[in-house]
Amino acid sequence: MAGEIFGSKDEFKLRPIEISNNTKRFRNLKEKLSAWSRRFLLVFVLFLAWEILPSTGLVSPIFFPKFSVTVLALMNLISSGELLIHIEASLQRSIIGYGLAMIVAIPLGLIMGWYSSIEKYTDLLIQTLRNTSLFALLPLFIMLFGIGETSKIIIVFYAALWYMLINTISGVKSVDPLYIKAAKSFGISDIDLFKKIILPASIPSIISGARLSAKTAVMVVIAAEMLAAKSGLGYFVQNSQLMYRIPEMYAGILTLAIIGLSLNYLLVWLEKKATYWKGDIDTAMLVN
Amino acid sequence: MDKIQAQGVKKKFKLKDGQEVNNNGTISNEVEVLNGVDLDIRNGEFLVMVGPSGCGKSVFLDIVAGLTNSTGGSVYLDGKKIEGPNLKSAYVLQQYALFPWRNALSNIEFGLEVKGMPKEERTIIAKKLLSLFGLSDFWDRFPYQLSGGMQQRIAIARALATNPEILLMDEPFAALDAQTREILQNELIKIWEGTRTTVVFVTHSIDEAIFLADRVAVMTARPGTVKQIIDINLPRPRDVNIRSTPEFADNRHKVWDLLKGEVIKAQKDWELASVYAK
Repeated sequence: MAGEIFGSKDEFKLRPIEISNNTKRFRNLKEKLSAWSRRFLLVFVLFLAWEILPSTGLVSPIFFPKFSVTVLALMNLISSGELLIHIEASLQRSIIGYGLAMIVAIPLGLIMGWYSSIEKYTDLLIQTLRNTSLFALLPLFIMLFGIGETSKIIIVFYAALWYMLINTISGVKSVDPLYIKAAKSFGISDIDLFKKIILPASIPSIISGARLSAKTAVMVVIAAEMLAAKSGLGYFVQNSQLMYRIPEMYAGILTLAIIGLSLNYLLVWLEKKATYWKGDIDTAMLVN
Repeated sequence: MDKIQAQGVKKKFKLKDGQEVNNNGTISNEVEVLNGVDLDIRNGEFLVMVGPSGCGKSVFLDIVAGLTNSTGGSVYLDGKKIEGPNLKSAYVLQQYALFPWRNALSNIEFGLEVKGMPKEERTIIAKKLLSLFGLSDFWDRFPYQLSGGMQQRIAIARALATNPEILLMDEPFAALDAQTREILQNELIKIWEGTRTTVVFVTHSIDEAIFLADRVAVMTARPGTVKQIIDINLPRPRDVNIRSTPEFADNRHKVWDLLKGEVIKAQKDWELASVYAK
């Protein structure tokens, strides 16, 4: 009955354009290839320059070994198992510190966002701590907690805490009042309002805080390892430089680049998964 | 019997410190939005409120929904004073207000979920409503994947799912294009003629008011009161054709005559903007 009134609902559906399957597959492949080549073009140029410049005499091959030499050093480090020890050490510190920050920051942020009067007391303190350069605090942490694992985990914890805390608070506070109004009109209890509205509505903000602080966590652990450590990628890069193992130093930096890049893609993917209901502009355009 | 009784309902909003508004000559930090609304709404009737922008129609609905308190007077539902949100009423808002993290089906289930109805039961009800609005195939879509008209259908279905005794609708079709609006008016009136739930409907559109209403309450400019109530004696069931009858035109003239002066008054009231700046 209702269907007749506003016509067939097929009008809302996406009408596929008629193309034979083979043409479609070919076109997809072509599009994919050109997308990939566009993506990798500049990185490839960078590697190429890295390979060529040292042999031209423009830069010293001793301080700036060729890309191929760096890759070879990287392979050797991997097969000897040396690199793995350092990767493991850095990752372990980051993950533990980050995990602890998450356990503390998210519940705390939810409470602080929900009871907005708390923020009046805490805001200035949080802003002061978070806007103080982390690197300035590293010597302090090392002095207080020593050069062992504890100090590094605490440093990561501290670094990761703020983005997550602040984004969680602002996530809760910026829930669209319209959703709250709609939910309240159903006579929702405060607990349900929190569980069914506030929490899901603030998840995008919480996740993006988690993403930002993951990057900070990795960055700060490297810095801490450079200052005082006997393992970890930060230590390895620093130590390779001191020991004049230049190709190894570059291999360490390359490893960090790869880890950073993978972490970024992992987090973006996670963010997309967690906010699947938001959609991107493309899909929204298609359906409407 | 009267389902809802509003007696001398008043509402004032405090502006921000330093902001001022001219209330008929007196400068004040408070905006008077409603100034003594008396309105009895009968059981099972479709009552439409029309009035110039800022006359407090939506605020009145918020008060009936229990979402905000009046600053004077009271509203009774079945003889009981309204003091907070209650399960007898359901509210449809102008901006749909669907929860973007829930798909169509689970949006419709929301009110039932809040009431604590078991999953299987509420899914049955929600699916029935989806099919009533011709949206069965879209049960798993998220709001961003639906057009405005479809979103508002889901929002109405969400309100109807709780089987409310009163349905409050705050300019539900205002954000839609003209064609979709007419289609939805038709759907709403068909469904309503089957259920006869008490409806309080707020709109700017005189045509919409007359097409839907049993009675139209015309509001004055801010501070709002009910200026006059007009019975719309058009036969039911109604369809699109009724819009071109002379009776329809008569009613439109009647409402417009009452409204005209108020709209002009409201337009002069520039300070009105500060209400929204709150």
